[in-house]
Amino acid sequence: MAISFVAPVMQFLILPLAANFEIKNINLAIVDHDRSSTSQKLVSQITGSGFFKLVDYSSSFKQAYHLIETDKADLILEVPSDLERNLIRENSGKVFIAMNAINGTKAVIGGNYLNAIIAETNKNILTELIPDVNLNQGIDLATTYWFNPKLNYKIALIPGILAILVTMIGGFLSALNIVKEKESGTIEQINVTPIRKIDFILGKLIPFWILAMIVFTIGLTLAYLIYDIVPQGSLLVLYSFISVYLLAVLGFGLLISTFCNTQQEAMFLAFFFVMIFILMGGLFTSIDSMPEWAKMITKINPVNYMINVMRLVVLKGSGFRDILLDFIVVLIMAVFLNGWAVLNYRKTN
Amino acid sequence: MDNTSGFSVVRNQLFSFVRKEFYHVLRDKKVLLILFGMPIVQVLLFGFVLSNEVKDTRIIVIDGAHDEASRQLISKLEASRYFQVDNISSNESEIEPTFRQGKIKAAIVFPLNFQHDLQHGNSAQVQIITDGTDVNAANTINSYIISIIHDFSSQEKIPYRIIPEVRMLYNPQLLGAPNFVPGVMAMVLMLVCVMMTAVAIVKEKEMGTMEVLLVSPMRPLLVIISKAVPYLLLSLVNLSIIILLSVYVLDVPVKGSVVLLLSLSTLFIITCLALGILISIQTDSQQAAMFASLIGMLLPTIMLSGFMFPIENMPWPLQLISNIAPSRWYYIIVKDVMIKGAGFSSVWKETLILVTMTIVLLAISMKKFKIRLA
Repeated sequence: MAISFVAPVMQFLILPLAANFEIKNINLAIVDHDRSSTSQKLVSQITGSGFFKLVDYSSSFKQAYHLIETDKADLILEVPSDLERNLIRENSGKVFIAMNAINGTKAVIGGNYLNAIIAETNKNILTELIPDVNLNQGIDLATTYWFNPKLNYKIALIPGILAILVTMIGGFLSALNIVKEKESGTIEQINVTPIRKIDFILGKLIPFWILAMIVFTIGLTLAYLIYDIVPQGSLLVLYSFISVYLLAVLGFGLLISTFCNTQQEAMFLAFFFVMIFILMGGLFTSIDSMPEWAKMITKINPVNYMINVMRLVVLKGSGFRDILLDFIVVLIMAVFLNGWAVLNYRKTN
Repeated sequence: MDNTSGFSVVRNQLFSFVRKEFYHVLRDKKVLLILFGMPIVQVLLFGFVLSNEVKDTRIIVIDGAHDEASRQLISKLEASRYFQVDNISSNESEIEPTFRQGKIKAAIVFPLNFQHDLQHGNSAQVQIITDGTDVNAANTINSYIISIIHDFSSQEKIPYRIIPEVRMLYNPQLLGAPNFVPGVMAMVLMLVCVMMTAVAIVKEKEMGTMEVLLVSPMRPLLVIISKAVPYLLLSLVNLSIIILLSVYVLDVPVKGSVVLLLSLSTLFIITCLALGILISIQTDSQQAAMFASLIGMLLPTIMLSGFMFPIENMPWPLQLISNIAPSRWYYIIVKDVMIKGAGFSSVWKETLILVTMTIVLLAISMKKFKIRLA
């Protein structure tokens, strides 16, 4: 019992700290064959940006490549010996960037940073060579990030993590419950009582529902105390959605429980589905980027609705009308899953 | 009885116990199904469904200008596979409600005299609004929009430019697979070895059958070992499934030596089994064993191995803790051997760490293991 509280709280405290994709301190090895004032300018611009850490500055590509192989460097910038000459004579000079792309996201973001820095260096070189150049010409872009202006990972992730947390607690505990009674044989005693199936399932459901609600409330409080996240939308909207959502999750757990005979079975079955639900829930990777058939599957994934609603209500301040569709879908799921669990529960073998 | 026959008795005992445990495992068809279904589903999910790439992102365009230039730029955005223009409106107040409904991820606002500003050498200010609740997506979406608009505006050549030419090593198409296949391997092996072993042993305690086993002529330690053997074999089968899937379905070949990969994986499996045995000795109910393995296994594997989140960004206490997660080291080994094609000389340090962990875990288990149950 204690552990079912401790585990999620730990997860809640650690996960936001761990889940920081902000790419900084990219280890950079520079191979400079040019050693000109231009290459110096580029190097100082890059090292001054704060995103990169210069681990090696040499004239040997082989040495730099070895650093990539041993994971000491993430990126190589190679400046050919004719950079400055080409820049003056042919109007443009090339530099080569090689990056460790095993982690694609990191490579793309690191590359974006480097491109931006090179563009900045270009501007500096241009104003130096042609002092009266008009840099304002063209389109001036201004980006704003809404709902999370500083692109803080913690703010973005916490509502989703809270969603996953209550799903895991509700799903696992309810899945293990009936089956535990089956395994220890106490289910027989209940089966011989005149209790109706629906009352039995409801009786199993309500304690877990209350427990999960408490965990959710604790999570929301912790989010406020530790991360200063206050739901932008109304708490009433949030809680009315959660209460229905939990019914669906618990119904799912109880359904698994009615299918299984041992706790091991129930645990693995629950784990299998919860894992797929969470991975496809749209928290860590976006649903837009999934293929069409996978998008169809996410339509029957309750976690997806929960994460969506948490983001909408907590971060964007959406009202009940904005989440009406999600609410109805989850309500249907709750009725369906619990109904199935009641039907599937047999008092006699 | 001389020594040889004493040994053969032990061997026969062990053999029949292992066989008994195999029956246990194989009897439970549902568990088996999940055991083999899990890695397959995970590999397929990560291979075909989950990716960080941005495509078909729905955006709204606020075009107050309605001129030739803005129309051209909009059709450029629509033509890219990254974006899908959901709505073109001239009313800026429409942005907020559409964000609130969760329909769009970005908005682009053109100024009223877009074309006029452009043609007269002034700066035309275009505003990009991105949904910051999904940080990675927001970053990428923003940089794609910027590069499309830059392409559009920089028709004339600017002099004196350094042009970067980028080469992606190991994974030129920026697939997710090379990054996650090692992670999935660590996760599945952990799951099978730690959780299954721990739960299987604790189950005997919970049901009271452990006492029966302990009073049998079999040495108690061998009882435990024979429980672990079936899971060792199952994990090897699972491992082969993952490697075959990744080679033949995901096109991620094993660049280094297969023998090295398999033997180091076996080492990792033994580390996990040791962890599972320790958990089973310390807990008394299946539920407790399950939650303990979830904390001891899943959280560190997913969060601290560097598989999902970069370790170097974590606060130092977490970086410190990540060192004691066996999966962190195994993840490095698989990445080096399988993806980069490195040899033993570059992973000996990680191997040594795993060996040490295994010895320590087994030593603790041995010390804590009591023949009599409380």
